[in-house]
Amino acid sequence: MSRAVEESNRAMLRARDAMDRAYAEPLDVPALARIAHVSPAHFIRTFRATFGETPHRYLQRRRVERAMYLLVQTDQPVTEICHLVGFGSLGTFSRTFHDIVGESPSAYRRRRTAGVAVPSCFTKAWMRPSPAVTGRNGNAAG
Amino acid sequence: MTMTSISRSQIYVLDQDEALDFYVGKLGLEVNTDQDLGFMRWLTVNVPGDPEHEILLEKPGPPALDPATAERVRELLTKGAMSGWLCLTTDDARKAYEDLVAKGVDITDEPTERPYGIDFGIRDPFGNRIRIGQMHPRA
Repeated sequence: MSRAVEESNRAMLRARDAMDRAYAEPLDVPALARIAHVSPAHFIRTFRATFGETPHRYLQRRRVERAMYLLVQTDQPVTEICHLVGFGSLGTFSRTFHDIVGESPSAYRRRRTAGVAVPSCFTKAWMRPSPAVTGRNGNAAG
Repeated sequence: MTMTSISRSQIYVLDQDEALDFYVGKLGLEVNTDQDLGFMRWLTVNVPGDPEHEILLEKPGPPALDPATAERVRELLTKGAMSGWLCLTTDDARKAYEDLVAKGVDITDEPTERPYGIDFGIRDPFGNRIRIGQMHPRA
């Protein structure tokens, strides 16, 4: 029983790692489900049970987190950052960013300054906007 | 009073033989000590030539942890939430990356130029995070 949970957890983590690594690529659920060796429907259900949110929502937050990082650390235009982190259109990017962060990409950029350089696995884990503190998205199904 | 070194660190692993395959067989660390203490197998590794800095590869279980707690630890470990984390340094991050990709290791982060050097991320077979970096000298 517990061994099955461990194997399932590890498979879900492997798929989540793929999102962390290849967030800028057009990842879809079937491709991620293949990494976890389960069907797409099972993948969405199990991922949510394991990590508390859907794969789609996780990927959006990963992309927004990387956008937050690039907005602060670089001078690249917002449009360019939008594409660099994997969004297809500026409209979707701006809307998703605002939904999650609570302000627009350019407002966020104005407000923040670059900090000390720490490993990106930390910034990825800790700067990832939390669904618990982002208003109406806290209980969105993603 | 002055502390002089971080000599031993610990991470949890699900299986110590599998941990040896990974940490020694793939990462190229050396076995420092592998001894059956009776109540547990004391298994430590170090980077080649540096036995003063050991990592204990500890299997969670009784009698240190009750079975239900051990099971919980194993679940957290496999979902990447156990915080087991190592930073290793190398003299050639890109070559280390190529070697580990060839060995089928799970990559979490490709080699990237950063203010402190070039580093990349992998996971061990159990879910622990490992970063491998070719670091710039500290100013």
